Amino acid sequence: MTATPPRTAEPRPAPVAAPPDAATRARRSSWRRAWPAVVLVAVLLVVWQVYVDVSGIKPQLLPSPLRVLEQGWAHRDQLWANTVPTLQVTLVGFGASLAVAWALAIAADFVPWIRRALTPLLVASQTVPIIAIAPLMIIWFGFGMLPKVLVIALVTFFPVAVGLIEGFAATDKAATDLLRSMGASRWDQFRYVRLPGALPRFFTALRIGITYAVTGAVFAEYVGATAGLGIYMSIQKNAFRTDLVLAAVGVTAVLSVALFGLTYVVERLVIPWSRRG
Amino acid sequence: MAELVHVRLDDVRKGFPGTGPVLDGVSLEVAPGEFVAVVGPSGCGKSTLFTVLGGLEPPDSGRVLVDGRDATGATAPFAYMPQQDLLFPWRTVLDNTALGLEVAGVSRAEARKRAGELFEPFGLAGFERSRPGELSGGMRQRAALLRTVVLDRPVLLLDEPFGALDSLTRADMQAWLDGVRATFDRSIVMITHDLREAVYLADRVLVLGPRPTRVIAEVVVDLPRPRVPDVVTTPAFTALEERVHHALRSAMRGPVTRAQRAGGSGLGR
Ligand SMILES: Nc1ncnc2c1ncn2[C@@H]1O[C@H](COP(=O)(O)OP(=O)(O)O)[C@@H](O)[C@H]1O
Ligand SMILES: [Mg+2]
Repeated sequence: MTATPPRTAEPRPAPVAAPPDAATRARRSSWRRAWPAVVLVAVLLVVWQVYVDVSGIKPQLLPSPLRVLEQGWAHRDQLWANTVPTLQVTLVGFGASLAVAWALAIAADFVPWIRRALTPLLVASQTVPIIAIAPLMIIWFGFGMLPKVLVIALVTFFPVAVGLIEGFAATDKAATDLLRSMGASRWDQFRYVRLPGALPRFFTALRIGITYAVTGAVFAEYVGATAGLGIYMSIQKNAFRTDLVLAAVGVTAVLSVALFGLTYVVERLVIPWSRRG
Repeated sequence: MAELVHVRLDDVRKGFPGTGPVLDGVSLEVAPGEFVAVVGPSGCGKSTLFTVLGGLEPPDSGRVLVDGRDATGATAPFAYMPQQDLLFPWRTVLDNTALGLEVAGVSRAEARKRAGELFEPFGLAGFERSRPGELSGGMRQRAALLRTVVLDRPVLLLDEPFGALDSLTRADMQAWLDGVRATFDRSIVMITHDLREAVYLADRVLVLGPRPTRVIAEVVVDLPRPRVPDVVTTPAFTALEERVHHALRSAMRGPVTRAQRAGGSGLGR
């Protein structure tokens, strides 16, 4: 911002982030948003712990949260060794899904018949029962990365592609008219207005997709894999180590939440102009 | 500086599926450098008229002529300012105002330079790198107008440029637009629902009838320029405003038959 004072009758609007300690304020406001969830989780864990202690239920049947934590920590090397491949498969699968979703959504935005052809397909991809498809993928493509990537792509592709297609299409007609009056080609309209206008919706879709991606990865591994949290859960279940199954579930949850949070960071970097709470 | 042109709209008809006819034979002329104000009942088709004039919608029949040549569907002679300010939040104010030049193939640096030069006269100096959301309503309108003027096209089409402003800001902006007009020699066609604004700024006021619409009256404003804000209290001004008001009121009183229209009061074209 230059220091030139505005030469207009109107006073300059108050700067948006005036108070000096903006970082403190941001931290305080994110705590204000997060505390109900944190308190709820804490209460549920306490209820669970107390129930296990009081009822004297067998730990093989229902381990207490403290036991899950303790055993999870004791087996942290194993857990970590299985988290890495799951994370890898999640990111590769989701990345592939994003690339295809973008390509198809852009094609659909430019060519009406592609859009009409694609929409029913996208909906259909969501009705495919993953429980039935995942084992087939393993039969067809083996225990490597490919079947998992395909399962993840199948479950995440729809929300992202639909979010993008609808985001592009939601462009105000008046904005399109303005660009046309400037002599903008269809491509100009896309890059100057339709694309940036669709980004807030894209990030919403990205958040839905990333949580599906982790679940999809774990599920695909559960059906058949050489390593990963999914196959680890399956093995521990067969050994009646419910505490370790739950520890792996906990890691999955942490992974999902971390990736989910990461989308906010990326969003803030890519579209700082978007006003969101 | 763009060469001034003569614009003619010749018996333009336009309807939409579901609305029936909206423009019902609209004819008008804009002389080089002239300021024409268009008033009419809300929903009568004023904005539609601009989309046809500006080459954004094809008319069902009729033509747009620029310097006598058919320019129907051509956007090039017109700098169009839509009813909403449409400043994009993902661009700074400077980049918003430079958008039209960028689209026209001017390099980003050159586009910013040319738009930046107008920030001072448009009362926006110091706000180049602000986001549109940080501007007041009046400043947003000025930024939208700057984006329109910087295109350097001979005819400005302004659709209710001050419609969203409070009356004080509005009066400021009117005085200011009169100044802009004197500095940047262009033809201007402006839609407004403020009759005083129309008379204060224009050389000629066209009154449109209810939908399906056509030009039902024309009031020539022969007040001297430059116009000072005090002019609105003079008897000459009040008389002109009253004539526009009267034409509009009689237009809105019940459906007007074709015969009445054809007979007219000698005001229609
Ligand atoms: N693209 C469109 N499709 C269908 N109807 C339209 C379209 N544009 C305008 N109309 C209709 O035409 C009529 C005139 O609209 P408009 O020109 O915006 O009026 P004004 O600007 O005078 O208030 C309205 O009834 C409106 O609903
Ligand atoms: Mg309108």
